[in-house]
Amino acid sequence: MSTTLDTPHTIARPAPAPLSEAFAHTWFMTQRQLRAFLRQPAYLVITLVQPIIWLFLFGALFHKVVDLPGFGGGTDSYIDYLVPGVIVMNAVSANMWAGMGMLEEIERGTLNGLLVTPVRRMALLNANIVSQALSTAIQSLAIIGLGALAGADYAGGVTGLLVLVLVSSVLGCVFGALSNALGMVAGERETIIGINTFLLLPATFLSTAFMPSGLMPHWMTVVARFNPINWALAASRSAMTASPDWGSVLSHSAALVGLAAFAVWLSLRMFGVYRKSV
Amino acid sequence: MDRTDRTAATVPDPRPHAKADPDPGPDPRTRHARYAIETRDLRKTYRAKGNPDGVRALDGLDLTVAPGTVFGLLGPNGAGKSTTVKILTTLASADSGTAFVGGVDVARDPAAVRRMIGVVAQGSGADPVATGRENLVLHGRLYGLRGRDLARRADELLERLGLADAARRPVKTYSGGMLRRLDLALGLVHRPEVLFLDEPTTGLDPEGRAELWAEIARLADGDGMTILLTTHYLDEADRLAARLAIVDHGKVVAEGTPDGLKSELRGDAVHVELRVAAGPDAEERIRGALLGLDGIGDVTVAGVRVSARADSGAAAVPAVLAALDRAGEPAAAVTVARPSLDDVYLRYAGRRFGDADALATTALGGVR
Repeated sequence: MSTTLDTPHTIARPAPAPLSEAFAHTWFMTQRQLRAFLRQPAYLVITLVQPIIWLFLFGALFHKVVDLPGFGGGTDSYIDYLVPGVIVMNAVSANMWAGMGMLEEIERGTLNGLLVTPVRRMALLNANIVSQALSTAIQSLAIIGLGALAGADYAGGVTGLLVLVLVSSVLGCVFGALSNALGMVAGERETIIGINTFLLLPATFLSTAFMPSGLMPHWMTVVARFNPINWALAASRSAMTASPDWGSVLSHSAALVGLAAFAVWLSLRMFGVYRKSV
Repeated sequence: MDRTDRTAATVPDPRPHAKADPDPGPDPRTRHARYAIETRDLRKTYRAKGNPDGVRALDGLDLTVAPGTVFGLLGPNGAGKSTTVKILTTLASADSGTAFVGGVDVARDPAAVRRMIGVVAQGSGADPVATGRENLVLHGRLYGLRGRDLARRADELLERLGLADAARRPVKTYSGGMLRRLDLALGLVHRPEVLFLDEPTTGLDPEGRAELWAEIARLADGDGMTILLTTHYLDEADRLAARLAIVDHGKVVAEGTPDGLKSELRGDAVHVELRVAAGPDAEERIRGALLGLDGIGDVTVAGVRVSARADSGAAAVPAVLAALDRAGEPAAAVTVARPSLDDVYLRYAGRRFGDADALATTALGGVR
């Protein structure tokens, strides 16, 4: 038997340079993810229902809290105060379900279908991060528009709003990456559902999303200091005032980026665990 | 052709496996391999909840597949077929043993292996939100195909697999058969040297199955691609594979051409259901009684089920029933069937892994 395999019929090119290939693959995978987001406009609308409720109902219900002594918050309109809170909460609640998508791709076989191709392993994770950041930014912009409809006044101008969008996207990446990490090893939807429903409201209420720290019990302000949701709020609220404290904006943003790096590292590790379990 | 010789020919570099080898090695397309697929002593145990020893999926699997052939891996669920495919397609790693695809060690250079292979796994690799064509184009890009070449290739495959009309519809609207054909197209887009089909027709209706069979048969005739097909349908392996290996408990228990394997199984299978389950001593009595008959072999007894091989099933039934009556184990029902996977499996796996009694009986029953 002397047949050889020097295939005259392979038409795939030889592997291109590693870096350009990594970028190309990240782009292909990101397109794939965003397609799912854009092809389902109903999904975007549904994700905006909650923010609308918070803005218009909660905002109307609590509009008088600004009159309470100790509110501070740098504004005399509760809607002004509420918009960053709702945007940040949306960034968390929209991305904390990313792991469900991951679980579905694992169950359906789509992930393994990609893993047997030459796709860069990193490109799969990078695409998740990029698409999560982009979809969060789109949602945040939509909520900024809704906030304006509800009468919010953005004193910090475009710069402040830009910081708000960026910071909420980074926060979205944190929760998206953590959720993906969970999805890769959880094996069951119930795990993700349980953890998410358990976490979302307490994590939001233990921040200044709806109430400034001046009106919180002392212990809450202590907990909030360690809450990454609060870091995002501190950075964006400061940037959105007429005279931002850029030191605070930068330090809180830096903390968030550091946490995002950790979350991505963790999801990379869990990706390794998943691949070992195949 | 002995083993060491073969090893030297396919493994130019005898270094032991490095976990991460920064050197991608020679381009696989310039490699010469005697076998398209070769595994030696593959072992893998999966961790399992509530089972400290884990589940042994592969227990020393040896396999060689010649280039340009369709090779069938036949076995029941859990035999180790899918684990073998997962290792060969770089999804999983073996605990020990070696695996080569196109002469490339899958553990040392998985990236090179991935460029050579196409995979149709049990689950669909297609993205349900994207259209069939978008899926194909994406896969093609991952293999370095671009532009007009890629567009032409995608359209050609869609046409050939009867998906041209559905090409621009989201995959989630596809029927099971269409989805499987798209999965096949995804596996073929880069013209792989080796194509893996892991139970490709499981879950398909008869029509979808027949269509896929026709397509696989056409591929096999076509361009010299090697195809590894796993299946638990005997007729599927029979129809598509030039050679096949029967896998059981993570090992190959028999290998040959479908005709060769079947010729060893000539005759019919006679299945008897007893009125009362046979006890341990009754089992021996039943075997003795049946093996005493002319043209009866391969007797196995499990509870109420007694199976035997008969040169002529219909002719053997009266004698079998009479013999069982005499042995004091009357039958409740009897069926005669052409050899099925069960029978192939019974013969090869049973002899190898069954208890010592079965082993002795089969040896005694070597009437042919």
